[in-house]
Amino acid sequence: MTDIAIARREGGMTALVRHARYVISENPVTGFAFALFLLIVLAAAFGPHLVPYDPLASDTAEALKAPSAHHWFGTDKYGRDLFSRVVVATRLDFFIAVASVVLVFLMGGLAGVAAGFFGGWTDRIVGRIADTIMAFPLFVLAMGIVAAMGNTVQNIVLATAIVNFPLYARIARAEANVRREAGFVEAARLSGNSDWRILTFQILPNVFPILVVQMSLTMGYAILNAAGLSFIGLGVRPPTPEWGIMVAEGASYMISGEWWNAFFPGGALMIAVFCFNLLGDGLRDMVDPRKRT
Amino acid sequence: MTAAAPALSVEGLSVEFRTRSGIVRALDNVSFSVRKGETIALVGESGSGKSVTAYATMGILDPAGKVTAGRAMLGGLDLLSAKPSQLAEVRGREIAMIFQNPRTALNPIRPVGRQIADVLIRHRNVPRAAAPAQAIEMLRAVGITDPARRARAYPFEMSGGMCQRVMIAIALAAKPSLLIADEPTTGLDVTTQAVIMDLVSDLARDMGMATIFITHDLALAGQRSSRIVVMHAGHVVENAATKDLLAHPRHPYTAELIAATPDAAASLDKLASVSGSLPDLRRTDLPPCRYSERCPRKIAACAQPLPHTTLDADHAAACWHPLPIRRVVAPTESAA
Amino acid sequence: MTILLDVADVSKLFTAGGPGAWTRLKRRLAGGPQTLPKVHAVEDVSFVINKGETVGLVGESGCGKSTLVRALTRLVDLSEGSIKLGDRELSLKAARVFARDRDRARIQMVFQDAGESINPRFTAFDAIADPLRRLRKLHGKALIERVETVATQCGLPPQLLSRFPHQLSGGQRARVGIARAIAVQPDLLVLDEPTAALDVSVQVVILQLLQRLKKDIGMSYLFVSHDLSVLRLLCDRVLVMYLGKIVESGPAATVFEKPLHPYTQALVAAVPRLHQSGAERLRLIGEPRSPIDPDPNVCRFYGRCPRGTDACKAAMPALRALGDRQVACHFA
Ligand SMILES: Nc1ncnc2c1ncn2[C@@H]1O[C@H](COP(=O)(O)OP(=O)(O)OP(=O)(O)O)[C@@H](O)[C@H]1O
Ligand SMILES: Nc1ncnc2c1ncn2[C@@H]1O[C@H](COP(=O)(O)OP(=O)(O)OP(=O)(O)O)[C@@H](O)[C@H]1O
Ligand SMILES: [Mg+2]
Ligand SMILES: [Mg+2]
Repeated sequence: MTDIAIARREGGMTALVRHARYVISENPVTGFAFALFLLIVLAAAFGPHLVPYDPLASDTAEALKAPSAHHWFGTDKYGRDLFSRVVVATRLDFFIAVASVVLVFLMGGLAGVAAGFFGGWTDRIVGRIADTIMAFPLFVLAMGIVAAMGNTVQNIVLATAIVNFPLYARIARAEANVRREAGFVEAARLSGNSDWRILTFQILPNVFPILVVQMSLTMGYAILNAAGLSFIGLGVRPPTPEWGIMVAEGASYMISGEWWNAFFPGGALMIAVFCFNLLGDGLRDMVDPRKRT
Repeated sequence: MTAAAPALSVEGLSVEFRTRSGIVRALDNVSFSVRKGETIALVGESGSGKSVTAYATMGILDPAGKVTAGRAMLGGLDLLSAKPSQLAEVRGREIAMIFQNPRTALNPIRPVGRQIADVLIRHRNVPRAAAPAQAIEMLRAVGITDPARRARAYPFEMSGGMCQRVMIAIALAAKPSLLIADEPTTGLDVTTQAVIMDLVSDLARDMGMATIFITHDLALAGQRSSRIVVMHAGHVVENAATKDLLAHPRHPYTAELIAATPDAAASLDKLASVSGSLPDLRRTDLPPCRYSERCPRKIAACAQPLPHTTLDADHAAACWHPLPIRRVVAPTESAA
Repeated sequence: MTILLDVADVSKLFTAGGPGAWTRLKRRLAGGPQTLPKVHAVEDVSFVINKGETVGLVGESGCGKSTLVRALTRLVDLSEGSIKLGDRELSLKAARVFARDRDRARIQMVFQDAGESINPRFTAFDAIADPLRRLRKLHGKALIERVETVATQCGLPPQLLSRFPHQLSGGQRARVGIARAIAVQPDLLVLDEPTAALDVSVQVVILQLLQRLKKDIGMSYLFVSHDLSVLRLLCDRVLVMYLGKIVESGPAATVFEKPLHPYTQALVAAVPRLHQSGAERLRLIGEPRSPIDPDPNVCRFYGRCPRGTDACKAAMPALRALGDRQVACHFA
């Protein structure tokens, strides 16, 4: 009897870890993406304590220096160390990505699951909201929201979340909808579960992994969106280190030959987006029950 | 029946699955063939490798599965070594498959009529405008009442058996020359089952469609096939003409399966169940005869490699100690 | 004998295959008539199940067996009719409210597809424990004990309880489904084709298990199946359904031996037998009638019935008693 109790408690977690290990060893790319992800998380957590220079300190004598042993990524027009700025910016960009994705998961995911499960009016209202958002070009909508509400980090997060709302609502709705008639939902009714319990304890656990995959994929998009807003001057304000602004500021130097100004922040941005997308693919394998044995 | 060339011949097919807990030797040296217009039945208990045989032949094995040996000749083409583009061409047009789980194989958010029309447009070059009407005809052919209205229904609005029939309509819409039907009628009542099987035999007769019919209902196999191939744990254990096999099973496993079929039994207690269970196919020490561990007729000879059975033998049983022939079928045949 | 379940005049209609939402809206705005086509999935069905009895339900695919069973187990609301469990009228409470009713535990069900009826994210233990937690308020040690007891009763080794459904074989999943349903010790267990997806060797074991459980626990069964031989072996009485209506009922042995209704006759004749070829089968020809807005005065089997006459077009035959059996045919 205690055997089972232990086996049950273990069942979930260790099985998941073992399965994750299996998937990673099956597909080295996923392992690579996980390693990269870890690196980004570490940079976000400890970056500001590790970098060699103060990312805001200008030193005009050192302005626009090419990458060297002192300044690995070179310096910008104010002589700030680009390596330090790129690393420190990770925290802000990562925060924006995570926060907006969590927010859209809570809004879009839950609204979609409810719409798919209950149907009827809930479905219609959520559907109309999603349609309304979809009617705008997404980036323009994000621009509008930030322009109207002021360009603070919170508003960037909010705008990115709103822009992604239809995607999450749709996926969650479709997934919940096909499960609404599933046998296990009926079985749960027979077992005395109310609709709300079925929604939260039966449907949501099944839709959650699919949304997690989506979260990883949209994190890349969220970073791009935030960077894009900053690029056109609607996002984070200089001199705060942020990849989008840094690319914007560096862009004009591409022609004059100081390529590193845009190259390194742009590269960081690309690697992050790339990593989140690969991670999404890996997670998809991981939650695919057919690959579980 | 004897003159026609085989439509499909599977020779020495072996399949393995790589899993976290070891290699599953799902199929080992499976051989059988089916001729044009002929229906053969693949029977065996759950997990014996019937579906895997079908999937391997169709080239749609799970990514974890690998064909380690064998050929599957369709005309002059070896399906197992064909290029994906060749295979995609053949699939749907030449070979069609009815899947075991109709509900999961149907798109839940597309009306069923459209799903049939899609196949007609893709594989039979039916003009877009004519497809819906033909789709309705297909629904009628599989015995769905009021097909014009039902064509607009979504899978959840149909009963389990109706979904199954939609799936069958999709497979038959392409008028394939080889049909692989994986338990097409489980969950259908016997009259509907008869309608479906009649439709399949009509196609077999009129267009020479060869059919591989996977089932665990021996009685149905007996009624609808001309040969029965019995599988156990990834081996073909017996392969014989239907009447002969049911009346005079040679392999002990076949005999037990027949005894477990609730047909004539007067009460449940009299019904025998097959003793033991399938061996774990991940084991590395599987005996040559995978049935030997649950076999009531096991002898010392069972430890040696299985007797070689030829593909064209009338009644092949992979067994060292088969049941005696009660009535002499062919004078050349003798008990080992 | 005491009556456990009394079903009277139960009907269930679905709206189906009508014009799209847009056309409906336009019609509504124009003030036109709002009659949508209805599927008469179950119509005027009445029967009783006695305590300790096993009743079989058989019928053509799509004739409304699952719908009837889902109505009886209060998973869907009826369009009309009454369902009495003992003295309690069940049809008054809406299905979604009934989930938390005190009598919820008294009718339980084993589903058609065992694999699909277990949440893929639940272990076998959680699946069996769910009704015990919700309906019997069992927790902790008592819960574990009870789950183990029923699992053992159903021939499910305790070490399998920590597995997820995809790690179980078809037969094992079927046992989990049965264990979950009998865990709360219902008075009536409804089984919707519990063995359809299982091969014969497992099927025999499950059927023997059901028979043993019935003896041990003393439940009543309503057993839906397409397999007449199984029904004959397991059931005391059978109901034969055709297009939403009961067309024949009576003791299992006599109904299948001497079917009175032409549909039952066709059904019995269509059963494939081990030592018989397909030549001498009775083929049902003709177009089946549609369950969508059927004519209330025409026999549902008319058109496919080998005996159909004009009388069958003029009046729907009522279910009438013939000895210990009932049949709905003018000619029986
Ligand atoms: N993707 C997979 N990974 C690992 N093992 C597999 C996989 N697919 C099938 N198998 C194994 O191959 C064997 C044969 O399975 P298969 O599905 O062919 O059985 P079957 O005869 O079709 O049974 P059923 O009657 O239940 O459909 C089983 O032991 C099964 O566990
Ligand atoms: N949600 C629904 N919406 C519309 N029609 C439905 C719905 N559910 C069932 N029906 C219809 O009700 C009728 C009876 O279906 P039901 O599932 O009860 O059949 P069944 O007898 O269980 O068949 P099977 O043996 O194939 O499972 C069918 O015509 C079906 O299309
Ligand atoms: Mg199979
Ligand atoms: Mg049903």
